[in-house]
Amino acid sequence: MTRKATSARHRRRTLAAGASLAVVALALAACSSDDGGGGGEETGAAPEIDCAPYEQFGDISGKTVHVYTSIVDPESQAHIDSYKPFTECTGVEINYEPSREFEAQLPVRIQAGNPPDIAIINQPGMLRTLVRQFDAVTPAPQAVEEEVDANFSPEWKEYGTVDGTFYAAPYDANVKSFVWYSPTAFADAGYEVPQTWDDLLALSDQIASDAGGPPWCAGVESGDATGWPGTDFIEDMVLRVAGPDVYNQWIEHEIPFNDPKIVEAWDEAGKILKNPELVNAGLGDVRSIATTPWTDAGQGILNGTCWLHRAANFYAAQWPEGTNVAEDGDVWAFYLPAMTQDERPTLVAGPFIAAFNDKPEVQAFQTYLASTDWSNVKAKSTPGGGWVSANKNLDPSLLANDFDRYVYQVLTDPTTVAGYDASDAMPSEVGAGSFWTGIVNWLTGQSTQQVVDQIENGWPSD
Amino acid sequence: MDWLTAAGSPAQKFTLMLFAIVLFIGVVALILFLVDRPKNPRKWMLVLGFLGLPMLGLGFGLVYPAIDTIRNSFLNRDGTRFVGLDNYVTALTDAQFLLVLRNTAIWVIVVPVLATVIGLVYAVVVDRSRFERFAKALIFLPMAISMVGASIIWRFVYEFRPDQQGIQQVGLLNQVLVWLGIPPQQFLIDQPWNTFFLIVVLIWIQTGFAMTLLSAAIKAIPDDIVEAARLDGLSGLGMFRFITIPSIRPTLVVVLTTIAIATLKVFDIVRTMTAGNFGTSVVALEFYNQSFRAFNSGLGAALAVLLFVLVIPIIAYNVRQLRLSEEVR
Repeated sequence: MTRKATSARHRRRTLAAGASLAVVALALAACSSDDGGGGGEETGAAPEIDCAPYEQFGDISGKTVHVYTSIVDPESQAHIDSYKPFTECTGVEINYEPSREFEAQLPVRIQAGNPPDIAIINQPGMLRTLVRQFDAVTPAPQAVEEEVDANFSPEWKEYGTVDGTFYAAPYDANVKSFVWYSPTAFADAGYEVPQTWDDLLALSDQIASDAGGPPWCAGVESGDATGWPGTDFIEDMVLRVAGPDVYNQWIEHEIPFNDPKIVEAWDEAGKILKNPELVNAGLGDVRSIATTPWTDAGQGILNGTCWLHRAANFYAAQWPEGTNVAEDGDVWAFYLPAMTQDERPTLVAGPFIAAFNDKPEVQAFQTYLASTDWSNVKAKSTPGGGWVSANKNLDPSLLANDFDRYVYQVLTDPTTVAGYDASDAMPSEVGAGSFWTGIVNWLTGQSTQQVVDQIENGWPSD
Repeated sequence: MDWLTAAGSPAQKFTLMLFAIVLFIGVVALILFLVDRPKNPRKWMLVLGFLGLPMLGLGFGLVYPAIDTIRNSFLNRDGTRFVGLDNYVTALTDAQFLLVLRNTAIWVIVVPVLATVIGLVYAVVVDRSRFERFAKALIFLPMAISMVGASIIWRFVYEFRPDQQGIQQVGLLNQVLVWLGIPPQQFLIDQPWNTFFLIVVLIWIQTGFAMTLLSAAIKAIPDDIVEAARLDGLSGLGMFRFITIPSIRPTLVVVLTTIAIATLKVFDIVRTMTAGNFGTSVVALEFYNQSFRAFNSGLGAALAVLLFVLVIPIIAYNVRQLRLSEEVR
């Protein structure tokens, strides 16, 4: 899943809310989010973007576009703010509705004949389900396609395409192929950032013998989404061991899930994840990976119980306040090395903007969200950082901090070969089901072959 | 006024709700008024007037969805093609679902029996003791906690920290083990015991219910019977075996079956504590996962129907016993 930074936080909030009157809290949340959507008029400031592109959609002033999303408080405010210039230009109100039950509720609403105008869908796999199974998504208008062609690499356009028709523009982006470490601790111990996978394994062994304990820390517990951080690790290894072509065949089920190349990649990940010499620093045995919350797993880097933690760029949000995230600071991340030094296969993910009707105001808003204007406005409205886009024309100086700029650089580096998060792109039955449980079974004792065979057997046939 | 069909803001939704309530009251008032107007309304008019709306509501909210679910269970994942019994075959033969059925069976057998037995023993022990009220309140309290809340409490009890230098146990149970010199255990991972550790949570919640009902039944045993038994030389276990148990038998059955039905529906505890991982899933959770996460409405519906079929005999028995116990009185 791509938005787990949000999800972890909302889990903590759910617990807190449980103590208070949940109904009242919900009602208040609903009110405040609705107010936020229409905040355009009171500022009255001149829009900071060029309004010309939206004139082609005619007089749409006074209309409302309903946006349904899983991005909840506190991240939601930056999104709501980034829509304001559009409202100032066109007079279209944006009604922003966040929901923690987004994934389960969206299909229900579609089947009930009450879809939102726009949904920000976290997985291309879900987009495909909505297109193929529910026949609900409206193809992207010409204007959106032009923006996407101009701003994004063809791969990113492909992720929003189903059966040859382009439906959904990318919203924002995450890079998952990172290993978090402490530059200070590395400098003190004289370790170098590894350049190849074998270097990384050698370094792991060396730290294990120097420090006298396992250097890696890992955790895949995430409530009812338990297992997803593990799928990311496997996917990274498939990209590296089997290569991007096989990786894409694997997603499309052109090769079986239990293909020998996939098993090989899985076992390669097992060299770290299933090796008690290398995991799970300060957190228990190998099996403890399955029950350690992914949000807490890497925290040992700060107090020295742990040296290496593979996690996506959004793990940056998990460090306690005051942590110095810098290339020579408390924590930083290096690119999870490939088999050789000159390859750059990179695991990426990000949500997509799907529309459920072709009203002019909806199309105008879709066009805005696909534009560089929006990317720049969004970067500016996220002063806290943690937001990156794959938009090639984004002005990197607007991004909040060095780490976001580093992520952006990896995303748009021409040598980077991006592979979209497989579990998000596979059918939900696998991607949000048997693949997740497979990871848990694998970590708690089952062999690779057992696990991949089970997942292959459960692949939906029609 | 087109927002009446597509209310957006909370204010509009509230207005719409008020409008609907007023409309509903109006319609009901009108029907009742019409039924009452003739001096001697016919019986069928009365029945239709008073029961018609609830029947309509039941039909729309309960019967129609039930029939639709049964229909769906014979269709494929998106409800477009008839697949016969395929979904049931999957649900009853696939190893993954067999495990789920096995777990549900364990739940339905263990929870009602243990909750009832513990509740009964407790009720007998505290009966007419000095601390009866306090003792009863103590065991009844967990019933006031939501299933999710209880699960979170017990997750803390089972919390695992590795057995290493400088690591403090957080979970109560593991701390007790450490005090006893036993290494800490991963209670929620180790199969098949993890299912039983989840079951403890529901027993903890349901025992209060069993205790309250059984205690009331025990108190309702006529004093003369107890007196007579005592004169015949019965006491202690004998009294329990030959007087108490037979006298409260109908209540015992009702308690057992009611808890069994609640147990079949168990969902919150498993979802909160393990999310169905480590081989702990149950039918109700698997139904939700298939329907709303995997978008396999056919298989989801089949699991729901299976649950429905499993509940029917228990409910039938429950209703029969309720009737019997009323006859006794």
